[in-house]
Amino acid sequence: MTAKFELNDDSVVVIIGTGAGGGTLANELAQKGINVVALEAGGRHLPQDYQNDEWASFGQISWLDSRTTSGDWRVAKDFAGLPSWIVKAVGGSTVHWAGASLRFQEHEFKTKTVYGDVLGANLLDWPIGLSELEPYYDLAEKKLGVTRTNGIPGLPGNNNYKVFEAGAKKVGYKDIHTGRMAINSEPRDGRPACQQTGFCFQGCKFGAKWSTAYTEIPNGEATGHLEVREHAHVLRIEHDKNGRVNGVLYADKDGNQHLQKARIVSVAGNSIESPRLLLNSASSMFPEGLANSSGQVGRNYMRHMTASVYAAFDRPVRMWRGTTMAGIVTDESKHDPSRGFVGGFEFETLSLGIPFMAAFLNPGAWGREFTSALDSYENMAGMWLVGEDMPQETNRVTLNHDVKDQYGLPSPNVHFDDHPNDTAMRAYAWKKGAEIYEAAGATRTYPTPPYPSTHNLGTNRMSAKPSDGVVNKWGQSHDIANLFVSDGSQFTTGAAENPTLTIVALAIRQADFIAEQMTTKAI
Amino acid sequence: MMGASLAVGSSFVAGSSAAWAMETQHVSPKQMATLIQMARDIYPHNQIADEYYARAVKGYDTAESAGNVANGIQAIDAAAQGRGYADYLSVPWEADRVEILKSMEQSAFFQTIRGNLITGLYNQQDVWPLFGYEGESYTKGGYLNHGFDDINWI
Repeated sequence: MTAKFELNDDSVVVIIGTGAGGGTLANELAQKGINVVALEAGGRHLPQDYQNDEWASFGQISWLDSRTTSGDWRVAKDFAGLPSWIVKAVGGSTVHWAGASLRFQEHEFKTKTVYGDVLGANLLDWPIGLSELEPYYDLAEKKLGVTRTNGIPGLPGNNNYKVFEAGAKKVGYKDIHTGRMAINSEPRDGRPACQQTGFCFQGCKFGAKWSTAYTEIPNGEATGHLEVREHAHVLRIEHDKNGRVNGVLYADKDGNQHLQKARIVSVAGNSIESPRLLLNSASSMFPEGLANSSGQVGRNYMRHMTASVYAAFDRPVRMWRGTTMAGIVTDESKHDPSRGFVGGFEFETLSLGIPFMAAFLNPGAWGREFTSALDSYENMAGMWLVGEDMPQETNRVTLNHDVKDQYGLPSPNVHFDDHPNDTAMRAYAWKKGAEIYEAAGATRTYPTPPYPSTHNLGTNRMSAKPSDGVVNKWGQSHDIANLFVSDGSQFTTGAAENPTLTIVALAIRQADFIAEQMTTKAI
Repeated sequence: MMGASLAVGSSFVAGSSAAWAMETQHVSPKQMATLIQMARDIYPHNQIADEYYARAVKGYDTAESAGNVANGIQAIDAAAQGRGYADYLSVPWEADRVEILKSMEQSAFFQTIRGNLITGLYNQQDVWPLFGYEGESYTKGGYLNHGFDDINWI
């Protein structure tokens, strides 16, 4: 039974966002009997609504509110108004994520210690280590049904994977498999096995891929302790004279504004909107924005070192058939500075349909060189390169007072400059990715630049000391005890791995902490 | 009309095989033929017929766009004349037309035409099979039983 709470009910936990962090936290709290109002800016789209058509789906589920960009990253030139590709819908970006579910490595929680001083990088050790997160990784893997954990078999390899695997073996890589994926390889949790439909990025029409949209959210609603308000776009977080947050102002579908009272507020709107909301909530008591005594809100924006390699072969591959992210090589994810950079990266297969390939293979390119690549589309294989990027204080989300959104609020500007370490890692990864395909017989390879960011991290980072970051090891803001951050913006550093499993693990852990704090009346 | 495989009439532009024709209202048939040739020269695919390029640029045949189209094509024709040709459509080799386009690559006109072609051309579902792309598989139950792992040469 879906709950319904009053606007003036100040006993509820208000969660802003229903993705991997917010959606998981909402369900975990509801399962404990805690009343939750989840405010979701987007609408509710379920598998039957998903469109297996790249641009149609993009228009249906993407976050397309006004944003601006600056910095030397190529995205700012090619997609000036689209710094990131994330979802505005119940389920957030778990609707379009690929499903890769990897644990961070131990050293990735203490990069300042392990990597040492890296010029220009604002490295910091996490206030937690792998051992503290391991029990929650266990719970997260069970929740998501991650393949190759808990006795769940791996997914079968598709054509794109087979080319990738063959090349990687010839190059000498050892740790090659079809991934740890939150995609059912056999029926589980009331959801079917993967039908190799493709279009993982457009929402899984079979529901084989885990998404909070049709797991955590309905599970939480079934407890009677969770109310999800759709098309509820949060404008600001309010606080009382003691500096504790006490309500959230949002606009409904018709633009009417409402104030939902709250005992606790969790921000989980992804790493651009979350800091933007804290900054837009500035008041006379907090003139620099909420939770911003450190000045770190919006800073240290990370997006992972990314790039792709596509390759053409003399015979058909048909990479689009089946799971989009169908396999991984993890040999390069280690920290080995002899390669010329700190941190590591993963090779993960990827495919795009013709519409997106035309847009992303080499944005802005035209003429025969470009079109002859597309003419080889049927013979193409593809991989994504994803690795740790360096946090930099100057890479940041700020308020652009010259550009307003549909509610008249300053839009976020996303500034990003590649760190030399990011550039060195990308160059190495492009070379190694091309070697994999050349070993498999590629006749031509294409080093493809980064897409608009899907992994947005670090803009409300976790720190032991309040002067170094925005939240503590529980995701609780250093400045305001009843204000939490529950998405990837709390990441201290980005690690080489896809972030969702860690976001989920942190949310499960945070739910335990919030419940305990409520019981003891600490907050 | 020489240069391209397009026939330009008084109020329409047509494929030379007469398999298709498009009436124009706000831009001249010759301007539309130039846009179609430009589209092909920007994203040349020998397996894609003019009709699809025509569809990709027919959106410029509006009162709102007509002025910019006229100015842009005037510039491109002037560039062709500077190289000794009557107009852009009279330049016989693609490489020479591409040189003209490169000379105006930074112009708003060129960038608008190029940018809109990304979806205007490649998001036509009829074009996808010309690249071998099969698109959605949900309606047939996914690729699980339709070749997701049928590669036989690796």
